[in-house]
Amino acid sequence: MGELLLIVLAAALVNNLVLVQFLGLCPAIGASRRLEGAVGMALATGLVLTTASGLSFLVERFLLQPFELQYLKLLAFIVVIGVSLQIWELLLRRLAPLLSRLLGVYVPLLASNCALLGVVLLNSGASRSFVAALFYAAGAALGFGLALALLAGLRDRLRHADVPLPFRGAAIVFVTAGILSLAFLGFAGFARL
Amino acid sequence: MTTRFELAPAPHARALVGVPLVMRRVLYALTPAAITYTWFFGWGLSINFGVAAVSALLSEGAVLRLRGRKTRVELNDGSALVTAALLSFGLPPLVPAWVPALGSVVAIVVAKQLFGGLGKNLFNPAMVGYVFLLVSFPVEMTQWIPPRMGDIDYMHLTFLGQLEYSFLGRLPNAIDIDTLTRATPLDIVKEGLRSAHSFAQLRGGSLFGDFGGRGWEWVANVIAVGGLYLLYTGTIRWQIPVALLAGLLVPATAFYVLDSDHYAAPGFHLFSGASMLGAFFIATDPVSAAASDRGRLIYGACIGLLTYAIRTWGGYPDGIAFSVLLMNAAVPLIDRYTRPRVYGQR
Repeated sequence: MGELLLIVLAAALVNNLVLVQFLGLCPAIGASRRLEGAVGMALATGLVLTTASGLSFLVERFLLQPFELQYLKLLAFIVVIGVSLQIWELLLRRLAPLLSRLLGVYVPLLASNCALLGVVLLNSGASRSFVAALFYAAGAALGFGLALALLAGLRDRLRHADVPLPFRGAAIVFVTAGILSLAFLGFAGFARL
Repeated sequence: MTTRFELAPAPHARALVGVPLVMRRVLYALTPAAITYTWFFGWGLSINFGVAAVSALLSEGAVLRLRGRKTRVELNDGSALVTAALLSFGLPPLVPAWVPALGSVVAIVVAKQLFGGLGKNLFNPAMVGYVFLLVSFPVEMTQWIPPRMGDIDYMHLTFLGQLEYSFLGRLPNAIDIDTLTRATPLDIVKEGLRSAHSFAQLRGGSLFGDFGGRGWEWVANVIAVGGLYLLYTGTIRWQIPVALLAGLLVPATAFYVLDSDHYAAPGFHLFSGASMLGAFFIATDPVSAAASDRGRLIYGACIGLLTYAIRTWGGYPDGIAFSVLLMNAAVPLIDRYTRPRVYGQR
């Protein structure tokens, strides 16, 4: 149990997807305009990321490894991510229309989120067990949500700031994210993975 | 900014408090601490402050000139000097001059002016400069010298010797830098506890005083007195310092009571590193701190907790700078959820 908690902590803070590994920057910048959008994006990412991590573990262990097809890993994982996206979109639309309307925009957007493939490949590279992979994915999604929520709050403030003309827009958001990522280096050493 | 709005005819009582006065008070409050620091650690602080101040003022002036702003008004408000002072308090006394110069430029240009100048910066400028230096130049930033006290063996560097090292990078009589520098008490405790020494054992070392490191704890005391002056003059409010110190003390006491061998004493945490400076001078920056009283309590307590966590389990010996930046980032969210109730509203 303690080890799983450490995995979540490491994935969320020490190896934060956006601020430490620089993965998934497009959705982080794109969906952090407002807090509500950021939360929606983080929830959608959490659902799909955890499913995709579990499924890719199964695919790798029971399909790729027995037939020695590891060189197809990249392709297989991309397909798995696409499948888990589709599954969640269908499930949400049928079973939870309200939630689907809430997350509707964000789920298809995830198809172009490099953080998904990143986490799946990280899990496979570190040869984590099924449960550890699930927890790592959940932790990574948690950290993604945290980074998005912080950025959304900061961008709300930036709207009233008198930013020099060449730095308006995405530039100052990247400067802010850079300072935030400096701050996240303070978590270095909390848990080694 | 001393712009006056003399528009209304009615007799208004005008408070004389403006940004320049607040900044001047902060500098006054830091002066006794600076003298104590110089007494124990030599002239390094003055040299670093001089370099940092010149570089801060020059870079701020350059940005203001580029933006076509009134350089005179914004340069004279003293905020750049406060940033330079806080930055130089964080630096080791013996560093090459480019370290404070570069730190100031990052603090002023990146953390302050890019966001629109004083009052708009999301992060504490001095801490952005400090963390930038700490992450980028770990060797220069960890060369601490021991305090000058009776039985601690140390090499005495004169003012000229310090200047020579700062600007020319060489030490008089070809002394090696490693013979001058020593691990700080926070470093010793962190490494020692990791390699299975007990805290009581480590505390017997010659660098340790009543609570924190010798010399260091006196600087912390004087900083706290300066902080009380700021409280007395109403420059800062009590919520952030009290919450921050409590956030540091509560877990420190709890872990120390549970296992006094593997965790440092609460008094050590309180009087080591940047705890006092952080509580009274850094976290209380009115721009980047939370706005409501309840928000300030949350903000301060979280800085204390994070600092304890980073010192105890993290990779860096001190965590004030990182915790302040992390909580600066959380301030918009804290403010959003601690908005005071409008009078009459349910």
